[in-house]
Amino acid sequence: MSKGVLVDITKCIGCGSCTVACKMWNKLEYDNKVPSIGEDATLNDKNWTVVVQSSLNNAKGESVWRFAKQQCMHCVDPACASACFSRALQKNADGAVVYYPDLCVGCRYCMIACPFDVPKYEWSKAAPQITKCQMCSSRIAKGEAPACVAVCPTGVMKFADRQELINEAHLMLKRDDRYMKTVYGEHEVGGTCWLYVSDVPFDQLGFKSKLGSVPLPSYTHSFLKNVPVIALGWGVLLTGMSFYARRRNEIAKAKQAKRNGTDGNQQGEDDDFDEED
Amino acid sequence: MVQTAINKGRMMTSMKRIELFGWKFTITPARKILTFIAAFSIAAMVIRLITGFSLLTNLNDDWPWGLWIAFDVLTGVALAGGGYSTALVVHILHRDKYHPVARGALLTSLLGYILVMAGLFLDIGQWFNFWRPFVSWGHASVLFEVFWCISIYTTIQVLEFGEIVTEKIGIKLHRFFKKILPVLMIIGVVFPTLHQSSLGALFLIAVHKVYPLWWTEYLPVFFLMSSFFIGPAMVCVESALAGKFFGHKVSLNVLSGLARISGRMMVLYLGLKIFDLFERGVVGLAFLGNLEGNMFLLEIIVGVAIPIGIVFSRFGKTRNGLLVYGVLTSGGVILNRMNTVFTSMVSYSSGAYFPSIWEFIVSIGLISIGCLLYSFIVENFNIFDHHPSQRSDKHDNQLSV
Ligand code: SF4
Ligand code: SF4
Repeated sequence: MSKGVLVDITKCIGCGSCTVACKMWNKLEYDNKVPSIGEDATLNDKNWTVVVQSSLNNAKGESVWRFAKQQCMHCVDPACASACFSRALQKNADGAVVYYPDLCVGCRYCMIACPFDVPKYEWSKAAPQITKCQMCSSRIAKGEAPACVAVCPTGVMKFADRQELINEAHLMLKRDDRYMKTVYGEHEVGGTCWLYVSDVPFDQLGFKSKLGSVPLPSYTHSFLKNVPVIALGWGVLLTGMSFYARRRNEIAKAKQAKRNGTDGNQQGEDDDFDEED
Repeated sequence: MVQTAINKGRMMTSMKRIELFGWKFTITPARKILTFIAAFSIAAMVIRLITGFSLLTNLNDDWPWGLWIAFDVLTGVALAGGGYSTALVVHILHRDKYHPVARGALLTSLLGYILVMAGLFLDIGQWFNFWRPFVSWGHASVLFEVFWCISIYTTIQVLEFGEIVTEKIGIKLHRFFKKILPVLMIIGVVFPTLHQSSLGALFLIAVHKVYPLWWTEYLPVFFLMSSFFIGPAMVCVESALAGKFFGHKVSLNVLSGLARISGRMMVLYLGLKIFDLFERGVVGLAFLGNLEGNMFLLEIIVGVAIPIGIVFSRFGKTRNGLLVYGVLTSGGVILNRMNTVFTSMVSYSSGAYFPSIWEFIVSIGLISIGCLLYSFIVENFNIFDHHPSQRSDKHDNQLSV
């Protein structure tokens, strides 16, 4: 069963405990130049999760702060994994999308493919690797919640079966009309394992709002599934054309030879057929 | 600049010639400069492979793919498309009059692919892991197909070239290579057809990132068609240059015939492009006057529409006309690849990338290496004087340039 995490934006106070827990569990350095909490918080090779602060107006027109935790969304049908040509990114049955550094070639196609711009690169290293949240897959395997979920002091996140979480989220939206009427991640690019509910519009929090519900790998799949047929058909067609053209040239040569009497050889490979127009 | 280079080329005959163990190489001022650039850039490449990206490139998380992918790989593969389109015309459709350009096109194409592989190798972070996709099959990835096709096709081209090499060395093998040639030729057309289109398909998954003027489900078809029609255009440019530097004149009839084959494909391409724009309802985007719109118009008008006009006019039957046609068409395809990677993503990633001087040096260095190899091979193997049809050309009296 695919697991997931439900994030309730209304409960987050921006303390950043989750970002610290992530660094400790995954042994990541602190980046002095790029903060992991605040308005300028940015994901990078050292920040696998960040808490981005936004100042905005709520429905009543009051100015408020909101904090959005960002990390890999662990898509149900991940573009990054389908883009990786050496299977260095793989989707686990439990939902986590995991990176295997030994298999990675470093082509960065996964970065192009991810609609949430999650995979980051160790640009400063001599043999750089892709980096991203692994949903603490080794903890999940033991039945534990990801480190960030376990450490949150205000209970912003809940770790459970994805489908259960979706049901629960819809109940929350029904019971409390402060919430926006969507569960972010339920349908985005075919669904993600991280789900969000919020009392302010998602695009104001920096979430991408126009992703649609088509899983991105379906675009490439509809291309790739035709490839074997095209290859085979094209090969057969070319062989046919090659024989046909050669035969036609030979017949033409023979005719030419007849026309010129006996020594047709000299006119040999003339170009009776190369004028297309 | 070009003119002085050409003049230098003319002086070639009076230049020093090295001969070593039966191999010839003429030293000209232009080649000295190329050698210098090549050596300099090789040093930069070594530094890149040892130190990673941050020292020499401006790549960053917002721009994971930069000049090397856009130019060395995407554009390189398209330019090298001349190999398979001429192979199709000469060896499969057996239009023998185009024979004189076949070997030159094959050579450019082979060198093109080798340089593409070099460019790719420089651009991957874990270059010592490059062989992984041969054993760890990420077959849902378009890149997987590109990777396999390019590897196989380069091998095929080396084998195809074997026929030429064994005229001089390993002569015993010549008959063998001649025999397998027809099979190689067919495989050698199938594979480029696949990966030229896959290069476009690479961007299908980036549906939210590529500007709608370029993102379409027809991307693979457009990449394929343009890789086909850039072939003859490159042959025209190459013949003009080879005429200057190596005294190899391809008859005008041959060139304009090729150009017209490619011209028809361009008409199809243009038609499909316009149809696609209307069907997706994004025609208006081309006329917003923004960067994307203008670059798109430039690409379509200067790179496609005007060359079509030239090919089917009287100008297209002169050497000057064919050269202009060749330059515009090749330029148009180069611009298309650049637009797909750069222009189309500027607004998405807030444009935080411009290639560093070192990225340019490496790219120019790869081209220089290509030119040097080309010159060496042309001097030592039978590339141009291979005329099985030996036809005299009556139309070839409008010499100009
Ligand atoms: S958010 Fe991006 S990196 Fe994470 S699983 Fe989805 S596609 Fe992959
Ligand atoms: S950079 Fe690594 S993980 Fe990403 S697509 Fe390439 S090989 Fe796969």
